[in-house]
Amino acid sequence: MRSIAKRFGAVTVLRDVDLDIHGGEVLILAGENGAGKSTLIKILGGVHTSFEGRIQVGGEDVRPRSPLDAARLGIAVIHQELSLVPSMTVADNLFLGHPDWSKGFIRESRRREAARALVDRYGIGLDVARRVEDLPVAQQQLAEIAKALARQARVLVMDEPTSSLNAPEVQRLFHLIHDLKARGCGIVYITHKMEEVFQLADRIAVLRDGRHIGTALAADLPIERLLEWMVGRSLDQQYPAHASQPGGERLRLEGFTLAAGRQAARRPVDGVSLAVRAGEIVGLAGLQGSGASELLRGLFGAWGGGVQGRVWIDGREARISSPRQSITQGLALLTNDRKATGLVLPLSIIANVTLADLPRLARCGWRRPARERAAAEGVAAELAVRAASLDLPVGSLSGGNQQKIALAKWLLIQPRILLLDEPTRGIDVGAKHEIYERMNAWTREGAAILLITSELPELLALSDRIVVLHRGRITAEFPRAAADPARILSAAMGQAAGPVRDPGAAGPPSDGRGFPSIGGTDRSVSPL
Amino acid sequence: MNRDTSSAGARLARFWENPAARALAALLLVGIIGCVFNADGAFFKAGTHRDALRQASIFGILACGMTLVIIGGGIDLAVGSLLALVAVCFSQLVIHWSWPPLLAIPVCLLIGAAGGAAAGGIAAGFRVQPFIATLAMMVFARGMAKTVSGGMKVSTAVQNADGTYRYVDVPAIFRWIDSRILGDHLTVVTAIFIGCALATWLLLARHTWGRYLYAIGGNEEAARLSGVPVRAVKLLSYAASGLLAGVAGLCQAAQEQQGDPEAGAGYELTAIAIVVIGGTALTGGRGGIGLTLLGTLTIGYLEKILSINAVPEASRLMLTGIIIIAAVLAQRRRAT
Repeated sequence: MRSIAKRFGAVTVLRDVDLDIHGGEVLILAGENGAGKSTLIKILGGVHTSFEGRIQVGGEDVRPRSPLDAARLGIAVIHQELSLVPSMTVADNLFLGHPDWSKGFIRESRRREAARALVDRYGIGLDVARRVEDLPVAQQQLAEIAKALARQARVLVMDEPTSSLNAPEVQRLFHLIHDLKARGCGIVYITHKMEEVFQLADRIAVLRDGRHIGTALAADLPIERLLEWMVGRSLDQQYPAHASQPGGERLRLEGFTLAAGRQAARRPVDGVSLAVRAGEIVGLAGLQGSGASELLRGLFGAWGGGVQGRVWIDGREARISSPRQSITQGLALLTNDRKATGLVLPLSIIANVTLADLPRLARCGWRRPARERAAAEGVAAELAVRAASLDLPVGSLSGGNQQKIALAKWLLIQPRILLLDEPTRGIDVGAKHEIYERMNAWTREGAAILLITSELPELLALSDRIVVLHRGRITAEFPRAAADPARILSAAMGQAAGPVRDPGAAGPPSDGRGFPSIGGTDRSVSPL
Repeated sequence: MNRDTSSAGARLARFWENPAARALAALLLVGIIGCVFNADGAFFKAGTHRDALRQASIFGILACGMTLVIIGGGIDLAVGSLLALVAVCFSQLVIHWSWPPLLAIPVCLLIGAAGGAAAGGIAAGFRVQPFIATLAMMVFARGMAKTVSGGMKVSTAVQNADGTYRYVDVPAIFRWIDSRILGDHLTVVTAIFIGCALATWLLLARHTWGRYLYAIGGNEEAARLSGVPVRAVKLLSYAASGLLAGVAGLCQAAQEQQGDPEAGAGYELTAIAIVVIGGTALTGGRGGIGLTLLGTLTIGYLEKILSINAVPEASRLMLTGIIIIAAVLAQRRRAT
């Protein structure tokens, strides 16, 4: 790609970008949100068809006019939002739009055979006869890659493919990427996770504010340099210092259980007991299916039926059966999917930020727009939301700014207990930093935080304590000093926690910093 | 429209992105058509406009309620039948039972609101699709209207004890609703419509309930997790729609000077068409009463222009269908 430039109306989002993609290598495309990465790959993938500059494939000038056109050129883009038809089988999806017809009819068996052969050739463990909607997200992702392979893609572009995968699934994906590389595929990989960059990269290209800052071999680009390239300033520390001074107990759960639907056989959360103190960040670690997200939803009163167990807030037993009740009790839940459950995308920034606090901002139910604007301006400034106007629909903002809006909503209600599920998912380094700072401010103000994040370094850096869940049960608990990735991972996979916990100890053990811990039974290894 | 990069062109493009601009353009187009096909100057007479507004008012009142429900992500098919039910009840109470209007009107409005609330309660409480819940209410209310009226029009012909009929006077309240004010320039029905539009606009634009409705239509789950009482807000939107159907029913009874159990059939679809032509998204979360006002005028004037030009009803219906599609295509959000 040579001298690529793109404008949306009056806004130039890309200027003079050069990018070379070689076969048999992984090129990491790095940059903050809004740097122009997505726009660049949308041009490559034929989504944006009006741009300046030239694209060459195998020395020939091309101009992808549609995603299908790009696919014919051997370019396949896997976007963050998957593009599969949920109600169709994997096999049907793989060959969707292929001229695999016989007198107007699709030959079911032949199609299925072909799909199976393709999946086997690349060692993708997928049942092609199942419907996409019945598959877990990780397998949907694999199906998406298989679809690209079915089109004989020579250049595979992946936009944050691991944002919804757990660790073993990520490893499987990486194996696949290595395999594809060995077969001569050129892979463009966009990620916000530092470990992934250095695990995968052959070369790294950095975009910033629509400009191409540079491309370098991964070996020649130390992490500090890369961060400097990305943010345009040197970041000496990735995580702000977090001085923990826990106060009294804010939240206590005993025997907290969630049943899935009316059939109580499956329990996403099964007898969890834990306590969080004021000013403390407790990290919840767990792989997919650990029940951590469900635990937060249940605590927030958003689970529906089938909730058992007792909850104390500030020493008083609390009954929470709806999000509304939990908000009045000072709870706040940042969900792990800002677009699906966190924000109302067509509504303005002001409307989103004030949504949870509307009754307080209004008088007798009548809204006071001036007060709402003032309140929104305050929190938007505090979180450094970058938007031309607070009246813009949230859907028009970049991912990082959207996440800040989702968080800003809870700033207004001044919560005592924050349930944060992936607060930094898919956002850039600068926005992450601002969210970390805000979390620290909350703990200084005496709020208790329950944190879920799939990025282990983040969990380790931010948490005062880490509680590991496996299949709905607590399998281990570590103070910050004693936690390390290997032990957390093994506990998350259902292994005993090792030396931190004395398995024979009767009664609540201490976690080493004088915190009383709670009850013994829940920490037993899950019977699997 | 060509993609001009000059600032004037860009400004025009941005202006055109606004659904209100497009709804206004549709209305202007209808106005121009009216000026060209003015039926020997009939279009330029004040009376023509007064009558156009009078005829559009009932649909406009229904469309106001429909706007609430659609912004909340629902749909209300019951309004036409509820209109008939209320028209029948109102005629029965005022003409036959001689109730004072000050008592009859609240009772009738309550009937409409209750019908809407029942449908909304089923939709929100039992998670039945609004289409189905209000379809059921549409059928049920029609049956109720026929039960109350005995299947006949409830008119000023009152049956005597011996089976003969005598005619009573048209009640004063009927005549007042169908009268004109402001020196004959405005019908009372139109004034009622303006009042309804103002009230719903206030609720949508200035009340927490309206904001909640937008939030639910935009993303129900996010609204719920932000503490929005989703079920109550939705139920109230259907109740409000039913209430406005009741208001429309009062006007209909007054205009026809009788309660016709068959009245209002298909009105719900006209109301939906008005909302959509205005530019309120059927998917919920976007739109407003201002747009619905423009949609009401567009449909109302279109009907009037066709009728003063003596276009036969058959052709009128076909033309209206084509115009609806054209307006909706023009309203569609462009993907950029």
